[in-house]
Amino acid sequence: MEAEGRVPGPPLPPPSLGSGGEAEADPDPPAGSPGAARGPLLAAAAEVLALDDEEDDLEVFSKDTSLAEVNSFSPSMPISPSSMINQYKFEDEPELRDLFITVDDPESHITAIETFITYRVVTKTSRGEFDSSEYEVRRRYQDFLWLKSKLEAAHPTLIIPPLPEKFIMKGMVERFSEEFIETRRKALHKFLNRIADHPTLTFNEDFKIFLTAQAWELSSHKKQGPSLLSRMGQTVRAVASSVRGGVKNRPETFTEMNDYMETFSQKINVLDKIAHRIYKEEREYFNEMKEYGPIHTLWSASEEDIADSLKGVASCIDKCCKATEKRMAGLSENLLPILHEYVLYSEILMGVLKRRDQIQGELDSKVDALANKKPEKDLFSEEIGKLEDKVECANNALKADWDRWKQNMQCDMRSTFTNVAENNLRYYEEVKHFLIAMLFFSLIISVKSMGCL
Amino acid sequence: MESAEAEPSDSRPEEDGAAPRSGLPPPEQPVATMEDCLAKKMEITVSEAEKRTGRNAMNMQETYTAYLIETRAVESQSEGQCAPVDSLWRRYSEFELLRNYLSVTYPHIVVPPLPEKRADFVWHKLSADNMDPDFVERRRIGLENFLLRVASHPVLCQDKIFYSFLTQEGGWKEMVNETGFQLKADSRLKALNATFRVKNPDKRFTELKHYSDELQSVISHLLRVRARVADRLYGVYKVHGNYGRVFSEWSAIEKEMGDGLQSAGHHMDVYAASIDDILEEEEHYADQLKEYLFYAEALRAVCRKHELMQYDLEMAAQDLTSKKQQCEELATGTVRTFSLKGMTSKLFGQETPEQREAKIKVLEEQIQEGEEQLKSKNLEGRDFVKSAWADIERFKEQKNHDLKEALISYAVMQISMCKKGIQVWTNAKECFSKM
Repeated sequence: MEAEGRVPGPPLPPPSLGSGGEAEADPDPPAGSPGAARGPLLAAAAEVLALDDEEDDLEVFSKDTSLAEVNSFSPSMPISPSSMINQYKFEDEPELRDLFITVDDPESHITAIETFITYRVVTKTSRGEFDSSEYEVRRRYQDFLWLKSKLEAAHPTLIIPPLPEKFIMKGMVERFSEEFIETRRKALHKFLNRIADHPTLTFNEDFKIFLTAQAWELSSHKKQGPSLLSRMGQTVRAVASSVRGGVKNRPETFTEMNDYMETFSQKINVLDKIAHRIYKEEREYFNEMKEYGPIHTLWSASEEDIADSLKGVASCIDKCCKATEKRMAGLSENLLPILHEYVLYSEILMGVLKRRDQIQGELDSKVDALANKKPEKDLFSEEIGKLEDKVECANNALKADWDRWKQNMQCDMRSTFTNVAENNLRYYEEVKHFLIAMLFFSLIISVKSMGCL
Repeated sequence: MESAEAEPSDSRPEEDGAAPRSGLPPPEQPVATMEDCLAKKMEITVSEAEKRTGRNAMNMQETYTAYLIETRAVESQSEGQCAPVDSLWRRYSEFELLRNYLSVTYPHIVVPPLPEKRADFVWHKLSADNMDPDFVERRRIGLENFLLRVASHPVLCQDKIFYSFLTQEGGWKEMVNETGFQLKADSRLKALNATFRVKNPDKRFTELKHYSDELQSVISHLLRVRARVADRLYGVYKVHGNYGRVFSEWSAIEKEMGDGLQSAGHHMDVYAASIDDILEEEEHYADQLKEYLFYAEALRAVCRKHELMQYDLEMAAQDLTSKKQQCEELATGTVRTFSLKGMTSKLFGQETPEQREAKIKVLEEQIQEGEEQLKSKNLEGRDFVKSAWADIERFKEQKNHDLKEALISYAVMQISMCKKGIQVWTNAKECFSKM
């Protein structure tokens, strides 16, 4: 399970830093020179450099940031199967995958009645069941909703991946803002790929139609399904039976699952809030920092001897500002979406557990009914047999999918939080380098040039 | 270089003392060279602060803080010989009295400022209360800094009142008041008047005044934004502390992920806690900037004194000119300008020749006096400009040196903050990768 999907970069040659090459600066003043009299501060600064593992730092500082985007679902990446393998980190043997899907190119459609967005869904496959090896269709959010509900109906105790929500209540994100569309696009892309990776769902007929049918074909297919009324009827029955039972005969495994999900759901929601709060604080910090640098530039206008130093400080602060912006972006591109998905997943899983209970409930109520009508035992036994099969199937499907989900969750959490840590490491490394460069080029060296040393 | 009479090695730049410029001082004022500065002959510290209660002038009970000043002579050839430490207690108001005395007595000197009376530019964590221990501690350091600045100033360190402030506990206040310095102080109103009406101030002082205004404005702005930045940074770090608790609770339901989560949570707690020390150190940087914020006021005071003297001079010259004119008019009998006297004499009859003679005599005496006064005022003014400008040059060098050192130590501190961050997140990353 170690394929984390991250492409390791080729070892980079030590670059020259934009500010003229740290290697050239001589941090330690020659012994016995008047520079030694500047004593404690220079020593502290020299210590700061000496303790560093220079090469490591240089590499991090100059690392091509586009490599970091390998993990994001950027549509600008070339769509070839081999590059797609690296685009996400589903640990199901990537080399064996035979279905590749991308969601990109949001487009706005304006009709007399409404305005909506469609996304391009491109499928490349080597599977025999598909007539062609490549498909390109356009789908709107409604179509994704339809697909999800079909999958839920066909596989009530399988864990169907989460869809992005219809609206986002928090934050001032407008319905058709670029940010909103891009977030949604990435989530839809993940949704389809998770289905493709699922051992059962990947072969679902509606899924295939979703990927391959032209717009008019899809609409007519949609109309063929069970009517709205009958679907509503199913829901009503399901709710009714959930009230009745399925809990008292619930196997231990599923009680454990339920307990787990309750706690998990709680914790993931809190984590989601914490992560958003961190993002907000980082944004406020960034806003204040933006004002901080220019003050030094303003000050330098009144000064003579220290004007260059102050300008150096201003420029360093501005660079640190940009590093902060990058750190924020890392958070919003990675941690926030993942935590949000697992918030949705926790709701989905509670739903799946309920549906399993309902199926069990149907069996239990029939068994209870039988107990009161002994003479007509034969009539019921066949029905009960079918229900028993149904329960067993549902339980096994859920168990298997649960294990799979847990492993994926662990993998996702591990890589997401590791990414968060790396994001922060990158930030501190960058800022440290800017500060060191400023220290030696704007502050200490200028003093040297003043002839004070 | 000096022998081993080095100051205690806390790396504050103020201890070095700035090199005095060799501008020619007025002959009455003794000037010490670097080696003779009091700071080199005597160790001065403000080592403690203590809360006291007492009765004030209106016999009401009050609480105040007293500071312990310790001094010790530095013997130049001492080998293991330690001079005894003298000490006395002073409160902030006495420091204020000392500074007022110095400002009035040496108007051509940029007198070092005192640390702020009330906590200003605070961010939310610090309290603005004068009794708050953090504030008192920072003030103690500021007062020590003030004394060292004065002790290393070539002119100020020679002052007897300053020396007594350091060494004589009782009767010092009376001694200061006996100097009658309050009488010499220029009224605020007079100074303001001069500022608006002076015609030919030395251009350098006008520029200096603009500079001090700009310096004050930009440093205030900087300190305000810095306080807000500190506030936000505090928020970022502290929110991470929430991870610790949630990770711990989550780890309880996980089997393989549990350990990784739990230990990562611990590192997040460490991260959140680390901001307290960092911001504590940052306050020291803010204090260094604040000193120069207050120095701007001292600069302006010197400029105001110049304007006052120049205005005085201009008024005296004007007065002299008008008296000469009067004299001439009386002597020749011509009236060139309208005067009430002229009118009344026309209406009520001319004066007798004897009266006129008397008046001319008086005027001639006044003109004589006036010319002498003008000469000495001119001399005073020139001397003032010369010695003030010498101290201003000294100040400029000190300021450039100090500000640069402050920026350097700020950068070093920020670098150390980055290193701590790298440490914590490296540890956290390891824990996460083991989940």
